[in-house]
Amino acid sequence: MDSVYRVMFHLRSVWAILLALAVGSILILAAGSNPIEAYATLFKGAFFDYWGFAATLVKMCPLLLAGLAVVLPLRAGLFNIGAEGQIYIGALFATIVALYVPGLPGPLHIVLCTLAGALGGALWALIPALLKAYQRINEIIVTLLLNFVALHFVSFVVSGPMMEKGAPYPYSPEIPDTLFLPHLLARTDAHYGVLVGVVIALSLYVVFQRGVFGFTLATVGRNPNAARYAGMSVERHIILSFMIAGAFAGLAGTFEVLGHRYRLFHAFSQGYGYDGIVVAFLAGLNPLFAIFSALFIGGLRSGANMMQRAMGIETTVVEAIQGLVILFVAASLAFRYRATAIGRAIARRQEVEEALDGQTGDRKT
Amino acid sequence: MADYKLALENITKSFGALTANDAVNLRVRAGTVHAVLGENGAGKSTLMNILYGLYKPDSGRILVDGQPVTVSSPKEALASGIGMVHQHFMLVAHLTVTENIVLGMSGQGLMLDVAGHTRRIEDLSKSFGFDIDPGAEVIKLPIGMQQRVEILKLLYHNAEILILDEPTSVLTPNETGPFFELLHRLKDAGKTIIFITHKLEEVMAVADDVTVMQDGKVRASVGAADTDPASLARTMVGREVLFQVKRSAHSTGETVLELDGVTAGNDRGLKALERVSFEVRAGEVFGIAGVDGNGQTELAEVITGLRSVDSGRILVAGKDITQTSVSRRAGELGIAYVPEDRHRDGLVLDDSVAQNAILRTYDQAPFASYGFFNRQAIADHAARLVRDFDVRLQSIDQEIRYLSGGNQQKVILARELEANPKVLVAAQPTKGLDVGAIEFVQQQILNQRDRGVAILYISTELEHLLDVCDRVGVLFSGRLMDTLAAADATPERIGLLMAGVAA
Amino acid sequence: MDALLNPQAIVEVLSSSLRLSVPLVFAALAGVLSERSGVFNIALEGKILAGAFGAAVGAFFMDDPYSGLVVGMLFGMMAGSILAVLGVTFGVNQIVTGIAINIFVLGITAFLSRIVFGAQANTLKLPGFKAFEIPWLSSIPIIGPVLFSQDLLVYVMFASVALVFLFLYRTTWGLAVRAVGENPAAVDSAGLSVPALRYGCVMAAGAIAALGGCYLVLSQVFLFSEHMSAGKGFIALAAVILGRWSPVGALLACLLFGFFDALQLRLQFNYPDVPHQFFLMLPYLISILALVGLVGKPRPPASVGRHYRREAK
Repeated sequence: MDSVYRVMFHLRSVWAILLALAVGSILILAAGSNPIEAYATLFKGAFFDYWGFAATLVKMCPLLLAGLAVVLPLRAGLFNIGAEGQIYIGALFATIVALYVPGLPGPLHIVLCTLAGALGGALWALIPALLKAYQRINEIIVTLLLNFVALHFVSFVVSGPMMEKGAPYPYSPEIPDTLFLPHLLARTDAHYGVLVGVVIALSLYVVFQRGVFGFTLATVGRNPNAARYAGMSVERHIILSFMIAGAFAGLAGTFEVLGHRYRLFHAFSQGYGYDGIVVAFLAGLNPLFAIFSALFIGGLRSGANMMQRAMGIETTVVEAIQGLVILFVAASLAFRYRATAIGRAIARRQEVEEALDGQTGDRKT
Repeated sequence: MADYKLALENITKSFGALTANDAVNLRVRAGTVHAVLGENGAGKSTLMNILYGLYKPDSGRILVDGQPVTVSSPKEALASGIGMVHQHFMLVAHLTVTENIVLGMSGQGLMLDVAGHTRRIEDLSKSFGFDIDPGAEVIKLPIGMQQRVEILKLLYHNAEILILDEPTSVLTPNETGPFFELLHRLKDAGKTIIFITHKLEEVMAVADDVTVMQDGKVRASVGAADTDPASLARTMVGREVLFQVKRSAHSTGETVLELDGVTAGNDRGLKALERVSFEVRAGEVFGIAGVDGNGQTELAEVITGLRSVDSGRILVAGKDITQTSVSRRAGELGIAYVPEDRHRDGLVLDDSVAQNAILRTYDQAPFASYGFFNRQAIADHAARLVRDFDVRLQSIDQEIRYLSGGNQQKVILARELEANPKVLVAAQPTKGLDVGAIEFVQQQILNQRDRGVAILYISTELEHLLDVCDRVGVLFSGRLMDTLAAADATPERIGLLMAGVAA
Repeated sequence: MDALLNPQAIVEVLSSSLRLSVPLVFAALAGVLSERSGVFNIALEGKILAGAFGAAVGAFFMDDPYSGLVVGMLFGMMAGSILAVLGVTFGVNQIVTGIAINIFVLGITAFLSRIVFGAQANTLKLPGFKAFEIPWLSSIPIIGPVLFSQDLLVYVMFASVALVFLFLYRTTWGLAVRAVGENPAAVDSAGLSVPALRYGCVMAAGAIAALGGCYLVLSQVFLFSEHMSAGKGFIALAAVILGRWSPVGALLACLLFGFFDALQLRLQFNYPDVPHQFFLMLPYLISILALVGLVGKPRPPASVGRHYRREAK
């Protein structure tokens, strides 16, 4: 009995998806279409069609990287809801290097753009990290607010100093074609960025499983007092985890520019940073599973376009389904809460804060 | 029957396989102080939680004034006139005394009549000589005063039966006397008091009757005048109390650990240690006595590097280590540390036994190389420690939270002692352990002494200190009052120092 | 600067400050109530949006703003009930639940608004509230036009602040709420139900935050657009901290944020050469700076975000 329960429990993300699709079918009915036909179109378009699958991979890239940007700090009990902003700043840094650093051979220039993008995201994430580590300011609120700042800042840049002359919308000039990321599937938009994402996810998985950093990060999250006793610095881990997460998100923004759009557009991210939260929780905060959950969410997104073209169903239906997915994943945590990675990672959040309180010398009882 | 204010009949309560209360009978005469005596885990708290409506008994009944009552919630308990002061106070720190007292009081309207309550509380407070300002925020009151707020709360709610759970554990020795006087005043006012404790002297000092519990059962129920401490102790422990660890003769060596005028603050930024100086020699156990909260935690933390000092120096083998990091103190300098609160500081409860066994050496060879772990080395290491220290467990991959307190403490000791430390700081290492585990821990500490380790042994249990220490220093509000050689350290002399009275 | 300093301009800036702060005040008030009871409410954003959508639906079908108000509050309470059930009863982390609610509401309202309003979604002109002048009071110079020539929801907002204040500090239930946010065990031991108190606060918070959304739809734009809450719920969270978890403090913090918002609109109008995005960034930047520059450390209710379960061995 217990083992049946355990199997059911470990498949909770699958149940959440199925339940969300079931409720989603009611929504599709309400929109006046046949749900079975709609889902068939959606999944066929997303995964069993050459062009459609390429479109899925294009969306999967930023989703996966943004998802990892949520997964990593949560191992230390910290919420990075700022991937959206980090994506923008990363893309901005990458575009600046792409447009204004001349005279480099193509491949080297790509590497430089990529590093700049990662750095941009990391620096943007450094702000909430420093405020959290040394001022104990809630990182959730700061990252959320910074998202809006980044959005408007990039919007300013591409409608002012970096705007393409005579452009009808706010966007930057096109980057040199020597910087275009090579394509993964011929004649499609699918680029190599998604492979970088997968490699990072796999590496992160190994680091979480066997790496010293994975262990210290988890220890800081699980018991910061014991972490101090073991000689680990809580503040350093807050800063490091946020900067690496910011770098992941920054890469997401970078690859959007180098691999997909070839320019910096105003408001280009369309919420990839927030969708990353869905990816992370659907994967149970496991970097390996994040690959699959990003593929799934990416498929929903690209399939939705297919569904709209074929059947005239609003693409917003997948936003609703995605909302249902995360709601049901959250609800599934009500069962055997402690046993889940998510439960463990965040149950200790309060303790990190208390340890910080202790350190800054004004814990009150 | 009717002369009993309160009677519990055949109360039984099990948690899974454990029977916490086994057909317990308790009869309390009106207007008396009735002590319930027993060791940790004897079932006292379970019984009181049943009486207070927090737990539901499997069987048995409760009678107040001879009438059966049901208490399935604290509210019903209070309605039957039963109130409880928990060991950890149930006060809301940032509310005022009045607000705390009227919280949850039935029979009030929607609107809060602060002025009216304040006046009545003030009157009640005066009539018992409490001297409490009802408008004060509770957090700003000293602990002894907070305890009075708790009692005042029960009185204001018209409780007739007051359960006091280990009330003296938060008091300094010189606050205990006035507290006992207070109990007499309550008794004179016709209140019935149930006094839960594990301290024999207190029973003899204030109780009219005493019920002794052991292993979930009532072992004796007698008038305090008809018994004596020795027989109470025998009943409480369930065997002859003959507690002595093996202590061989030894000689001490060079000074290893030295504190020179160390001053440090606590988490709230208040001064916790003031110009503390002492030295500990190789092969010596230096004990620190004192009531909890007089700077012991901070002392252990400054030596191990978890807390920075405001002024003064810490030396190990003559070398100034005041600015050295935690990990270098643990590693190169060989300062081992058994923290006071093992769940808070010493262990990561979510991690496996094997992981906890390398908590302080996780990044060193052979456990880790190039940033990655060597699982085989970690497993071998854990298996060896488990064998050497006789840790009882199912698997080294088991989460350490599922081990008993004694076995958790063994893992910590094994981890801290395996690297042959030069200094051992043991803060309350026997806290919350059963008798067998206590003996094991103390024996290990004495073995280290014989090996020539300089040991700082912090404890609030005087008997434990006297069992193992060569010298005892007493901390009182952050100052080291005096240091006594083991032979001169009588409980009386230490007790005076603990109360801040210089010898 | 002259353009900003004449009496006419001052009245305009102040009264637009007030109007811009209304949704924030409702949301922050909801945040105060729910966090005072010990439930971290990152879902304010979703509740504003749910309220806005409800208001639009109610006003659209019944063709009157009062129905919009009722349906909006109902939707806000539905969003609140998710937080209550998962966060209070089942002990799912309140932050995770709150984030899930935000994403869920965002997705479902985006979809449903297309279904309900169809193609006319963006051209809709819903019935709404009109400003009316309170006789005599509105003729006081400066204060009159700013405070007493607003629409119904502005007056409701001031009344709500007063009511929440009276509730928290002058009633026995309010005392219990303040206590449960600090020390639920003490409240439990005093014989009060911790979950009941928290349910009450979270549900009421849902309705109050929803009023912020209602204001957006019924008093400002008269239509529903996707993600029209635009981070107001998060600014409100900052206002809760800045206002030290007190209703009046939160009101003042929101008025401050509203003032900067009004100022930026005005500046945007007066200084067309400064890129407008700088002004758009301002409210968020001000919120962060307010958190950073806070004098003294804020002390949140001690049990906020923590699930309470009676200690049972």
